[in-house]
Amino acid sequence: MGNQSSQRYATLSGARQLCLPVGWHTAYRLSSAHPKPAASAIAKDDEGVLVASAKAGDASAFEELVNRYEGKIFRLAMNITQNREDAEDVMQDAFLKAFAHLREFQGDSRFYTWLVRISVNEALMKLRKRRPNQISLDEPVESEEDLLPREIKDWGPTPEQQFAQSELHTVLSNVISQLNPAFRIVFLLRDIEELSTEETAQLLGLSVPAVKSRLLRARLKLRQKLDNYFQRSRSN
Amino acid sequence: MNCRGVVRELSDYLDSELDAHAREELERHLANCIDCRLVVDTTRKTIQIFCNSEPVPLPEDVRARLHKALEKRLRQQPT
Repeated sequence: MGNQSSQRYATLSGARQLCLPVGWHTAYRLSSAHPKPAASAIAKDDEGVLVASAKAGDASAFEELVNRYEGKIFRLAMNITQNREDAEDVMQDAFLKAFAHLREFQGDSRFYTWLVRISVNEALMKLRKRRPNQISLDEPVESEEDLLPREIKDWGPTPEQQFAQSELHTVLSNVISQLNPAFRIVFLLRDIEELSTEETAQLLGLSVPAVKSRLLRARLKLRQKLDNYFQRSRSN
Repeated sequence: MNCRGVVRELSDYLDSELDAHAREELERHLANCIDCRLVVDTTRKTIQIFCNSEPVPLPEDVRARLHKALEKRLRQQPT
């Protein structure tokens, strides 16, 4: 599934790469003019070699793995916790835990997928610990009516190229932060981290139909939020 | 298939997980329904926009703290 979805979305043309200030609203940067490489290409052929060296005690190999994935893990942690301090703790704990348990990694998935699992568990623990009464990962009760899109309009061929990149990039962070955590986490794991439905279900302790239902709702809600933004921008 | 059916099956359609019969039915509906075509198209673009986004480099102070913690851990105990 991971590879399938990479192939599905790898053909989109990207947008100009920008130097952006770092911080809360800069968890996203649009890709360069080249399409996003498939997950297998991001992994690079040497991931297995680095993991084997790190397991054998080569600290520089583990550091290379950290350098490679620290940005993605921080973004994932930010998107789940919605708090920079928590995200930093989650990232740090995840890498330390990965290092401590490296020998237990059997290589039956990509190292990055294993790291994502550790990070998601850390982030969920942080959420539950910090805000037990505010954050519910239960799916909100919604009717099918709530799913139906309204005021449907065309976005044109490439919305990424029609709006200021820095603005769009801020909007991505904003719209995803507005999503209910129950939907947000499923969207992050399935569509951004490219975990399979089954992997996502297992990680979150959900059934496959529940993951599918949440993913559909997440996608439609994000579509609606982006649509509102694009239409509002056009009318200004 | 009607418009509600398209929305219900939208994710599976975009993920190429619909069986051939359901896919055919959905595409027959799309051929005659501009609203559903737009919903499919804009939902696909939504996923692509997020999927194409890359993380910005880690803030330097955050990166420095991470590597300091790792260094400390790496010095303490080999794996």
